[in-house]
Amino acid sequence: MSRIPRRFEQLREQGRKALIPYITGGDPEPAATVGLMQRLVSSGADIVEVGIPFSDPMADGPTIQRACERALAHGTSTRDILGMIREFRRGDSDTPVVLMGYLNPMEQMGYEVFAREAAAAGVDAVLTVDLPPEEGHELVTALTEYDLDPIWLVAPTTRQERIEAICSVARGFVYYVSLKGVTGAATLDFDDVARHVDQIARATQLPVGVGFGIRDAETAARIAGVADGVVVGSAIVQLIGDNAGDAAARETAVGDLAAGMRRAMDQTENYHRPEAS
Amino acid sequence: MAKVIESGEALDFTQFPDDRGHFGAFGGRFVPELLMAPLEELAQAYARYRDDEAFQAELYADLEHYVGRPTPLYHAQRWSGKIGGAQIHLKREDLDHTGAHKINNTMGQALLASRMGKTRIVGETGAGQHGVATASVAARLGLECVIYMGADDVDRQAVNVYRMRLLGAHVVPVESGSRTLKDALNEAFRDWASNVDNTFYIIGTVSGPHPYPLLVRDFQAVIGRETRQQMLASHGCLPDALVACVGGGSNAIGLFHPFLGDESVAIYGVEAGGDGVASGRHAAPLAAGRPGVLHGNRTYLMESDDGQITGTHSVSAGLDYPGVGPEHAWLKDIGRAQYVSVTDDEAVAAFHEVTRTEGIIPALETAHGLAYAAQLAARMRPDQTIVVNLSGRGDKDIDTVARLEGMAL
Repeated sequence: MSRIPRRFEQLREQGRKALIPYITGGDPEPAATVGLMQRLVSSGADIVEVGIPFSDPMADGPTIQRACERALAHGTSTRDILGMIREFRRGDSDTPVVLMGYLNPMEQMGYEVFAREAAAAGVDAVLTVDLPPEEGHELVTALTEYDLDPIWLVAPTTRQERIEAICSVARGFVYYVSLKGVTGAATLDFDDVARHVDQIARATQLPVGVGFGIRDAETAARIAGVADGVVVGSAIVQLIGDNAGDAAARETAVGDLAAGMRRAMDQTENYHRPEAS
Repeated sequence: MAKVIESGEALDFTQFPDDRGHFGAFGGRFVPELLMAPLEELAQAYARYRDDEAFQAELYADLEHYVGRPTPLYHAQRWSGKIGGAQIHLKREDLDHTGAHKINNTMGQALLASRMGKTRIVGETGAGQHGVATASVAARLGLECVIYMGADDVDRQAVNVYRMRLLGAHVVPVESGSRTLKDALNEAFRDWASNVDNTFYIIGTVSGPHPYPLLVRDFQAVIGRETRQQMLASHGCLPDALVACVGGGSNAIGLFHPFLGDESVAIYGVEAGGDGVASGRHAAPLAAGRPGVLHGNRTYLMESDDGQITGTHSVSAGLDYPGVGPEHAWLKDIGRAQYVSVTDDEAVAAFHEVTRTEGIIPALETAHGLAYAAQLAARMRPDQTIVVNLSGRGDKDIDTVARLEGMAL
């Protein structure tokens, strides 16, 4: 059973929102990933997203693209990423881990093999950026067989009927992409985000995480005011890239950013979601 | 063709792709959620205008008066005579405005963009031909135009870069990844995702997510339809074989598609063999790749065992792409078309041979098709005919060819 529902349940009881940082596995080198995951958790992360690097990350902006290039320069493979998660699990059996990636590396491994090995490594959920539900039947079947939650994206361009269709197959949480653009892009319209989160919340009981464009404690807190979870990617990956040559400085920088977001989010007044219809 | 016949009934090739863009196991729509709505909007708009008489009349008027259609079907008599086998006919897409077949598609997509109320065009380009064709129609229709081009290709194709800038396009060199066509596609998708409200992405080949492989094919199929009429008028019969180079495969599918149901017509797509397929330095996913998902569709790809897309090599920038249109992937698997490859050296030799024998300077992409056509013709009888899609003119490549001979122009 995925750790994600339990984690959101605990947070709800505490009146807190989920901080969900993203790092690209193997960036800037394979040995860095487990330490970064641990530091993120000790700095207040509730769920950790780990990206499988891909040569052609077309939904990502330059920051995460460069992270993929750094990881791939070390030959980081999908199985290497699963090895990192296995190692992380030796010291942490509670924090949910979401694998995020593009379809082709999963497809080349074989969906069934990928799902089995990911579950065995301690993964809880899989977000496949370039796989819409329409094309996802085979992968979802494999993930479900191994109790992995498929996480789906909802975008500002997604219409209501489609939101309902996506929510009907979603598990874990629904990930709202808060910007038209790629990861790491410009500025957020918080009212617009709030409207879309409400729209999703009317279609599902699942928690709603919001990502894209969240770069500092203040934006994290404002998003925490309207959603159940705050996904932070490029801002963290940028710090990893800036400190690629210095492991201690890297972990400190990433930990400080996450801790600052945590504090700001916990000071935010609770947002009351509308009841699902 | 074996599998088509085994199935017991002829396939109706006009019924593919299905309404979700599938050609058998290939094609589809594999994109981030943000792009699903604009792709659906595009599919609906195209479904409306595909059979709209006013739209088609406007397109055909532009194809005639702006692009210069129909293009001739030219009998390369002297070259055929030297080879001593089948008669080779060249479908002269090099005579299209801007010098290649690409404008058949950009004209169609730009008109569609205008009808959809889009004011900004983005495109990607490898050799620069699609970029020039896109910049030209954008200028013609008064649309803003941004072209993404791999930084390596910007260096290789300086003249086309300048042409695009003269036409008013903003050319953006892409420094990421392998700095070639695939990276330009990534960047164009990113731009589109960021500007979906006012922007239309004109994809240059029969690749990408549904409905692009369908609409690019339809716009390019004018090549095959004309060829069919011209052959019937001049010979009273269909050609024995068709040959075209395949990168993404738009000129090839344009020639092939109207003949897919004609079992007597053999069909050959020619991929870029680079230093030879065995060397690993090539751009021949149908010959040496395997199925995977890239740029919105499932097709044959050049990739590592771990599913990373690998670098390609070809003397011609326009064929330097690790994937191929999904319809070609399907035609290969059902056996309706055969896909072969020729090396850089063979293509360059054919470039010189056709230039000197027929007085036509072909694009290096096209030279791959010509090289294979010569091999094929030599195995056929003089009363048989081959049509080669002479997809583009070679002016853009003379720097590259001169460099190969140790000359700097």
